[in-house]
Amino acid sequence: MSQPAALCPSCGGPIVFHWSSSVQTTCAHCKSILVRTDVNLERVGVVADLPPDSSPIQLGTTGVYENRAFTVAGRIVYDYDEGSWNEWHIVLNTAGSAVGSDWLSDAQSQYAVTLAFRADPLPALAAVHLGDRFTWNKTVFEVTAITDARYRGVEGELPFEYWDKQGATFADLRSTAGDFATLDYSDTQPVLYVGKMVDFDALQLKNLRAFEGWS
Amino acid sequence: MSASPAPQVQSLTCPNCGAPLTVRSMGRAVTIVCDRCHSILDAKDPQLKILQRFEAATGDEAPLIPLGSRGKWRGAVYETIGFQVRAMEVEGLTYSWREYLLFSPYKGFRYFTEYNGHWNDASVTTALPEVQGLSAKYLGKKYKHFQTCTAKTTFVLGEFPWQVTVNDAVEVTDYIAPPYVLSSETADNETTWTLGEYVHGSEIWKAFGLAGLAPTPIGVYENQPSELRASASQIWFAFAGLATAIFVIFTLSQLFSQREQVFQESYRFSPSGTEASFVTPEFELTGRTSSVAVRTDADVSNQWIYLNYALIDEDTGQAYDFGREVTYYSGVDSDGNWQEGSRHDRAILQSIPPGRYYLRIEPESDASFGLIGYTVTVTRDVPVLGIYLVALAALLLPALLISWRTYNFEQMRWAESDHPMRSVGGGE
Repeated sequence: MSQPAALCPSCGGPIVFHWSSSVQTTCAHCKSILVRTDVNLERVGVVADLPPDSSPIQLGTTGVYENRAFTVAGRIVYDYDEGSWNEWHIVLNTAGSAVGSDWLSDAQSQYAVTLAFRADPLPALAAVHLGDRFTWNKTVFEVTAITDARYRGVEGELPFEYWDKQGATFADLRSTAGDFATLDYSDTQPVLYVGKMVDFDALQLKNLRAFEGWS
Repeated sequence: MSASPAPQVQSLTCPNCGAPLTVRSMGRAVTIVCDRCHSILDAKDPQLKILQRFEAATGDEAPLIPLGSRGKWRGAVYETIGFQVRAMEVEGLTYSWREYLLFSPYKGFRYFTEYNGHWNDASVTTALPEVQGLSAKYLGKKYKHFQTCTAKTTFVLGEFPWQVTVNDAVEVTDYIAPPYVLSSETADNETTWTLGEYVHGSEIWKAFGLAGLAPTPIGVYENQPSELRASASQIWFAFAGLATAIFVIFTLSQLFSQREQVFQESYRFSPSGTEASFVTPEFELTGRTSSVAVRTDADVSNQWIYLNYALIDEDTGQAYDFGREVTYYSGVDSDGNWQEGSRHDRAILQSIPPGRYYLRIEPESDASFGLIGYTVTVTRDVPVLGIYLVALAALLLPALLISWRTYNFEQMRWAESDHPMRSVGGGE
């Protein structure tokens, strides 16, 4: 995999895109959000330092999802009324979604892997209620949570540009067999992600964060 | 990327009383309760806004597992970080149980719940259970509805990854498949499912290195597995197998019994006479060692006759002594006809070897009776039911005993539920 390299237009520090199709990254040195414009990197804004958090996952963590190895390339931290959660952008070595928008979410240590999934038409936000059922990929999903979230911060590489987004509404859906799906209403068109709830041990995560006092 | 500093515990102070606070779940705490004044604080607010001041009147509860205790549980190290007491009311009575929140920075949260010394190890479910009437299905397993109640938080300590305040109320429904319990908690339209597994307090005490002994459980808990349960079904399985074997052997013995009549003779007995003892002519028992039936048909009517028998082996002199009484009474009273006893009697001798035999017979009766006629019939190799019945009863007894104990256990379990079992042999 080629790793395009560049210098941060803000602080001059080196920038490496771990994933060749990354659109955006955050400078590890000055926290500037950088968007790739093929040759130059356009500086868009500065993210607030990420809040102290306890996710054991970090950039560069590797794992396995359904026999496919992946690497964590970036993350978005969302805030909501009851706390916050992490959406880690993962890059699967084979058979990721066509648009490369694949995620490992860590919501209070409940882990789920979801891949962007094309399905038309998707229900409008107003048409989605708790308990509603939808069938995608031959699986019946039930809406179990509708969450209004705010962007708290980003880190690393993301498969899309996010900086103009303020808040987002998500509908989480589950199946009786452990499937998990999210309807993302942060854009003009809803986006669907489909995957599974995953057990921490089953992910076989490596290069995890070390916690002082915990082994 | 620079390694971010790894905060183990953060030091903060309570805005209400100034006591130092300890945060153990890093960035995950949403609610923190002050150890000293029990004010409930909003951990998301850098100023630690007070959400609720503790009402001292409700009293203090000491967690059995102190907050900050660490133990290895199901393969990972966990620390107890939160404690809450919840209560429900049933028919005017308040039942309280305690919940301990456990945290691992890798595996997340799980709970220990405790009621009357009964413990459960609970985690949030990954898949969505399906409710079907009075049962719920989760990952292919069926759970029976046990109870639905409103649970109110009455006391909190430590920290929680969600907002919690005293008097928070949720509707809790428990479905059971011992040793598991599937619980749903519903508040504001949102339902959270957890799956609990019954664990012994001693296991927790050992894992977390707690002092003393776990409290002894009282009564039977909703998802407590019966120690006898497995053996009850096992013993019925064994019973069925052995009973079948007995039946097969019995049937075979019926089929192969020769029922060979070897002697029959009729006699008359005068009770007023003197010497009554006599011997019969010889008869031969051929074939294998087998049972011998001695049948007496006596022509008694409101009379009795007692016969001292001895079956004697001509060659060895071996005697098999036995006594039989034949009595028959009948009459008419205010209820109509009545009768008692029988004119027929059969005695069975087991395992008589082949050979030449004769009977010595000594009849007795009341001297006032007249002549009594009777017939003695000897048949060899007759099927015997009795021993099979004894064997069956010997098998049945432990099976019934264990079933009864299992039944009692289930009755105690369900007595606490929304669906108590009706007791045997008498309603309420």
